[in-house]
Amino acid sequence: MYSAILVCIMSLTTILLRALPFLVFTKDRKTPSFIVYLGRVLPQAVIGMLVVYCLRNMQLTTPSSWMPELAAIAFVFGLQAWKHNALMSILGGTILYMILVQVVF
Amino acid sequence: MKSLPVMAGYIVLGIGFGILLRNAGYGVIWAFSMSLLIYAGSMQYAGVSLISGAASVLTVMITTIMINARHLFYSISMIEKYRDAGIYKPYLVFALTDETYSLLSDGDVPEGCNPDRYRFLVSLFNHLYWITGSVLGSVLGKALPFSTQGIEFSMTALFAASFAEQWYSTSQHIPALTGVCVTASCLMVFGSEHFLIPSMIGILFVLAIYRRRVS
Repeated sequence: MYSAILVCIMSLTTILLRALPFLVFTKDRKTPSFIVYLGRVLPQAVIGMLVVYCLRNMQLTTPSSWMPELAAIAFVFGLQAWKHNALMSILGGTILYMILVQVVF
Repeated sequence: MKSLPVMAGYIVLGIGFGILLRNAGYGVIWAFSMSLLIYAGSMQYAGVSLISGAASVLTVMITTIMINARHLFYSISMIEKYRDAGIYKPYLVFALTDETYSLLSDGDVPEGCNPDRYRFLVSLFNHLYWITGSVLGSVLGKALPFSTQGIEFSMTALFAASFAEQWYSTSQHIPALTGVCVTASCLMVFGSEHFLIPSMIGILFVLAIYRRRVS
């Protein structure tokens, strides 16, 4: 029962975070120009942030914790540059990573 | 369909979540409800230990804010795109996850599609993949015929592919580099538990300075 309450808390807090900017900038029809600017440049910055976020547990002193990651990411970049097919890049990178962590390292 | 890349990632990540939740003693109903109501990948992974450890309400709220504060960013950058979405808007806002955001943030809409309807469908399909994955993980558990070790990398691969695609589609790389460099610096300074909030502040700061430079 208590777990169910916690699930609801997580749900409501997440919804609030997602809705907050929309609630703040809804009254006046004109969004501040800085926010419009952020809308243009933030996507690239945030995706960059997320890539680093996914790699946060790498330990530079133990190569087995970062070599598979970096190899697989380089592979994803290469595939994406070559074919521009996100599904293929994601599957290719994930399969390479699974092989590396299960067989090589 | 543009959401296909997310299907692979979400089903795989959802299975991982379902397995984790089952191992913590919470069955398929929990997997289904959490994926339906919370719908935030990394938050749900963290949520498994929060509910199984019976954390306090305040701890759960703060943890959720810390992990999901990045969603403020997504919403800010989608304000203009979602402005006139009408009846679709509440769901679009609710379903604005990392993965959905990475698909819709470039603003491209297939020709001849109603943009709001298109974005609604992408969001809805992603949600369904995520629910399906977590239910599958909970039901199948460890019965899978091969080792799934390393499968969590699909999330990283999804972001890396989005990053690469945005990189190749523009000659203006300062925002992307800002995101990577500020976050990496904050990771080194603040450690892997507390670096996201400083990173977001730092990114806003650098982008604000950059705007003065260009204008």
